[in-house]
Amino acid sequence: MTRADVRKTYKLYIGGAFPRSESGHTYVANDAKGRFLANAALASRKDARDAVVAARSAFAGWSGRTAYNRGQVIYRIAEVMEDRRPQFVDALSSTEGLTARQASSALDAAVDRLVWYAGWADKLTQVVGNANPVSGPYFNLSTPEPTGVVAVLAPQTSSLLGLVSVVAPVIVSGNTCVVVSSYARPLPAVTFSEVLATSDVPGGVVNILTGSAETIGPWLASHMDVNAIDLGGVAGSPDLATELEVAAADNLKRVRRAPLAEPDWSLEPELTAMTDFLEIKTVWHPIGV
Amino acid sequence: MTTSADPRVTFDYAPAPESRSIVDIKASYGLFINGEFVDGHGKAFKTVNPASEEVLAEIAEADDNDVDLAVRAARRAHRSWSQMPGAERAKYLFRIARIIAERSRELAVLESIDNGKPIRESRDVDIPIVSAHFFYYAGWADKLRYAGFGEQSLGVAAQVIPWNFPLLMLAWKIAPALACGNTVVLKPAETTPLTALLFAEICQQADLPPGVVNIVTGAGGTGQALVGHPDVDKVAFTGSTEVGKAIARTVAGTDKRVTLELGGKAANIVFDDAPLDQAIEGIVDGIFFNQGHVCCAGSRLLVQESVADEVLHRLKRRMATLRVGDPLDKNTDIGAINSAEQLARIRELSDVGDAEGAERWSPPCELPSHGYWFPPTLFTGVNQAHRIAREEIFGPVLSVLTFRTPAEAVAKANNSPYGLSAGIWTDKGSRILKMANQLRAGVVWANTFNKFDPASPFGGYKESGYGREGGKHGLEGYLR
Repeated sequence: MTRADVRKTYKLYIGGAFPRSESGHTYVANDAKGRFLANAALASRKDARDAVVAARSAFAGWSGRTAYNRGQVIYRIAEVMEDRRPQFVDALSSTEGLTARQASSALDAAVDRLVWYAGWADKLTQVVGNANPVSGPYFNLSTPEPTGVVAVLAPQTSSLLGLVSVVAPVIVSGNTCVVVSSYARPLPAVTFSEVLATSDVPGGVVNILTGSAETIGPWLASHMDVNAIDLGGVAGSPDLATELEVAAADNLKRVRRAPLAEPDWSLEPELTAMTDFLEIKTVWHPIGV
Repeated sequence: MTTSADPRVTFDYAPAPESRSIVDIKASYGLFINGEFVDGHGKAFKTVNPASEEVLAEIAEADDNDVDLAVRAARRAHRSWSQMPGAERAKYLFRIARIIAERSRELAVLESIDNGKPIRESRDVDIPIVSAHFFYYAGWADKLRYAGFGEQSLGVAAQVIPWNFPLLMLAWKIAPALACGNTVVLKPAETTPLTALLFAEICQQADLPPGVVNIVTGAGGTGQALVGHPDVDKVAFTGSTEVGKAIARTVAGTDKRVTLELGGKAANIVFDDAPLDQAIEGIVDGIFFNQGHVCCAGSRLLVQESVADEVLHRLKRRMATLRVGDPLDKNTDIGAINSAEQLARIRELSDVGDAEGAERWSPPCELPSHGYWFPPTLFTGVNQAHRIAREEIFGPVLSVLTFRTPAEAVAKANNSPYGLSAGIWTDKGSRILKMANQLRAGVVWANTFNKFDPASPFGGYKESGYGREGGKHGLEGYLR
């Protein structure tokens, strides 16, 4: 007799814990060929709000870490992902319909991307900050600081490399985030959240909601305690993207606009992936005796 | 004010007015489009001297079609301006910087007449920084590849500026835009168009190619037409948070790049170990500079409880020496409120302060009989829920709150939707750095306040807007 496998209902990742959706709703995530793969939690407005609270609570601690330490923590995510290679390769093969070789190289790229960003943590300030030679006896220094809580609508197609490519640049500088995963391809995001939970990332720094960007996006875009939003997950839906950008103006969120089509995630990221979620702070002090 | 608080000593100053003869104000002004002054097709309006209510000139209003002509002129000019070697663009900006310096007294007097700010400020702060700003960005024009923001211009920039620093805000907008190879259509504020129109003449004097700078005058409708024009690539706005949000909604779904420099409610934090003499000067400069018409004004004084009485005593004594009156008098500290509308807003919010239970104090102060005036004012007994502790008054009105611990100071300072600036006064270096790290504001002045420099980036966190103006960071909003 063959053994019945234990099927899993995937959950949300909020504040370092794995709650079900408070709505009780789940949805079916199929594989690339349309066969049942798993049930995923369908995040609601209340889940999104809870995730914002968790992200806000985590902000002071995470942004207060040294840049070196944030780099270490992000490198550790890469280590743990590497460790879970078979699980990610399976998830990518079934979800994105990749061959084992393609899935493996997608994972390689995602791990390498994390390592790339880990190294940025303690260099970003040196690259985008500087001393200013003002015309007077003043010390004057401009340095970047994290914007705060960032809502990230993750790419719909590239469910792991795309996801890592939008989360890492946000958290490397000290932001915390609420991520809405790919709707049709949530499994790699759920596996990624299990990696986060078992690495050294403090709870609440990354919160991952599985569900629809179309449904949850408006609540995050208009949320008054969210400081910025990445609309990449609604690429190719200009009307929705416009609606979200309008809602984001309620508290002047920094908006990373949705491209017309999902970009090629294999390319080396631009600096703006990080700098779009930074604030430049300039400090003055008189020089004298 | 002609007498000190101490009745035994009188400081009677003889009037020392700066001569108006250096400026030649025309009866009417047109729009500056494609290098020439042309008629506007909206309803012309008048600009008045806020210190006397005297009508200064009639100003053309640009209607939608005029705005379109200006944008087209800027688009045409962009083809050659953006292709011109940076070193050549730089020379035009250097020329402009030099002409502004040469005509600085004329510009300062005109600014004080149209805006109401004391000549001491327009002469010693505004106009010198305007010239320096053009000089600073001129030098960037052929060095853009070293800045790290790309080397391509965006195209046509739509720029809308406020009335509090009319020519300075123009410089903050136009200098970086032109250095990066963009062309501009700028709308000055309705109540302060005159120095922008004189700047248009300076562009002619510098032989700046036609269409590189276009100036369209008008009110909100003209600004909306400009910001919403489909052929602008960049919107730069300085003004209220409310209008900033409207602009963010207008540009949603377009490719337009946006920078917004909006309101503030800065905390100026005084610790018990602060150098009090300097702190008092910093508090006064923070809130009474430019009649408090400053988005980064230190309008919330947070003073440590143990020194609150002494700070207030010294502050009141200092406030009693402030001289309110003729903006063109070289001894004037506080000039006229810019408009009747702004005066009404200051009065309204101050009345709300009374109604909510805060205690108002102003030194004895004789105000001129004509024009728009408001005495230097402070409110004590203010708590964080009061509207005068939350809303931008944009006038010479200081709200005083107290705190006990540094953590409480940080929490109160950050308890605002704004995040433009903040001040810290203490002799302890490690405390300055810790506070500077924790304050969510784009500019932090430690043991100083309201300092500006072309090389120093300026701009806010949260609802104070996004993007930076000044310094290397000021290039980012004009390059790709």
